[in-house]
Amino acid sequence: MEERTVVASAQWASEHGRVGAGASLAAKVLGAAAALVLAAGLYLGLVVVPPDAVQGDVQRIMYLHVPSIVTAYVAFLVVFCTSVLYLWKRDLRFDAVAVASAEIGVVLTGITLATGSIWGKSTWGVWWTWDARLTLTAILFTIYVGYLMLRSFAEDPRAGARYGAVLAILGFLDIPLNHFAVYWWRTLHQPSSIIRPGGPSVASTMLVPLGINFAGLVLLSIYLLLERVRLERIRHRTIEVRLKRGRRG
Amino acid sequence: MSIRAEGMVAGVLRRTWAMTWKDVTVELRARERINAMLFFAALVLFIFNFALGPDQEKLREVAPGLLWLAFLFTGMLGLGRSFQAERENECFEELLLTPGDRESIYFGKLAGNVLFMVTAEALILPLFGILYNLDIWRLLPSLALVAFLGTVGFSAIGTLLAAMTAHLRAREVMLPLLLFPLTVPVILGSVRATATILAGGGLGEVSHWLKLLGGFDVIFLVVCPLVFEFVLEE
Repeated sequence: MEERTVVASAQWASEHGRVGAGASLAAKVLGAAAALVLAAGLYLGLVVVPPDAVQGDVQRIMYLHVPSIVTAYVAFLVVFCTSVLYLWKRDLRFDAVAVASAEIGVVLTGITLATGSIWGKSTWGVWWTWDARLTLTAILFTIYVGYLMLRSFAEDPRAGARYGAVLAILGFLDIPLNHFAVYWWRTLHQPSSIIRPGGPSVASTMLVPLGINFAGLVLLSIYLLLERVRLERIRHRTIEVRLKRGRRG
Repeated sequence: MSIRAEGMVAGVLRRTWAMTWKDVTVELRARERINAMLFFAALVLFIFNFALGPDQEKLREVAPGLLWLAFLFTGMLGLGRSFQAERENECFEELLLTPGDRESIYFGKLAGNVLFMVTAEALILPLFGILYNLDIWRLLPSLALVAFLGTVGFSAIGTLLAAMTAHLRAREVMLPLLLFPLTVPVILGSVRATATILAGGGLGEVSHWLKLLGGFDVIFLVVCPLVFEFVLEE
């Protein structure tokens, strides 16, 4: 079992020549672009755009809060797709993308929960309330933290990849069910104001920084993804080198 | 249905039954799981009383939640043991050598787990009614329906995860960590439906929860056997 694992990862590591010591040019460009776009979006949202008529400056937290959760959902969709692809094709590259996306999704969901909590304290007067959307986000967070823990506890990396893929499929199918359950249970969150029948109810000056920050977070995620996948390749390469040393010695 | 397809279905059913029967026989002889589950369930009901105080009104209010915590914790205990015998005696390879598709192993284990959990629930429910002074006897059929739907959904995912975590370090910790977040719809649906029924509402008032539980059961009874073979692969 151990032997096969190592062979599989070694193939992947050496298939594309040497693993570079630093980030590729594409990754560097993406990283720089992400930094620029996010800086512009945050500057627009936090400084240029006028404060919300009712909520005041606190509302500005939305410019980070909303793009974070949207990007997180995209990341979890990527985890689902690459997990299915991994079980089908058994190519460790798909698995590497799945782990990387899950980590990014968990961080972004964490940011969403933290910023939402700060906003909630000053608007609703409480850090946390068992509102439908908050609960749903928290459930999502626990499912994918569980996914990452599962992966770290698997001794055989190939088994870890299979278990992770299965769990990712279950977790993704669970989202719509959780949605119904939690909404019937209770709802308090202010209703969605951008994607709704009759067009957005948000001023267009607010939409611009939201869109820019969303683009920035997507760029940042792709940059992190590339780097995390490279790290995974280096890890597999290390296993290969260790194996060779072991054989010689 | 062609004769061939009929033969296949009969084969799956026969192998499923063999797997369940094996687990039940082992259990009847060793009594490793069910005794622990029953005693644990009684203890949980007992301890809630200390945690919440003897105030009857307050207990009545939180009763549906308590009942389901007792069900689920007891179920967890059983699920954790469901692949333990194979692991401890190093029989996993033999399990994999079972002829036919892996679905039979899944369905067989699932049927055993549901059976053990339902047995525990059949003891918890009357004990609960007695200890907390609730008049549940009239409501038994409705409560049993909710309990069954919830138990099937909880065990459907639980059986798959038990097979998965059986090989992990820290398996006792990982099973609940993965299982509870995934079964939130089951927990919410069962507790809400039970609350309405205990408050005197009929099955009509909880139909949306029953549909959710039924939908959850159907989805995962289809998906879990499909992905089960990836979990057992060596």
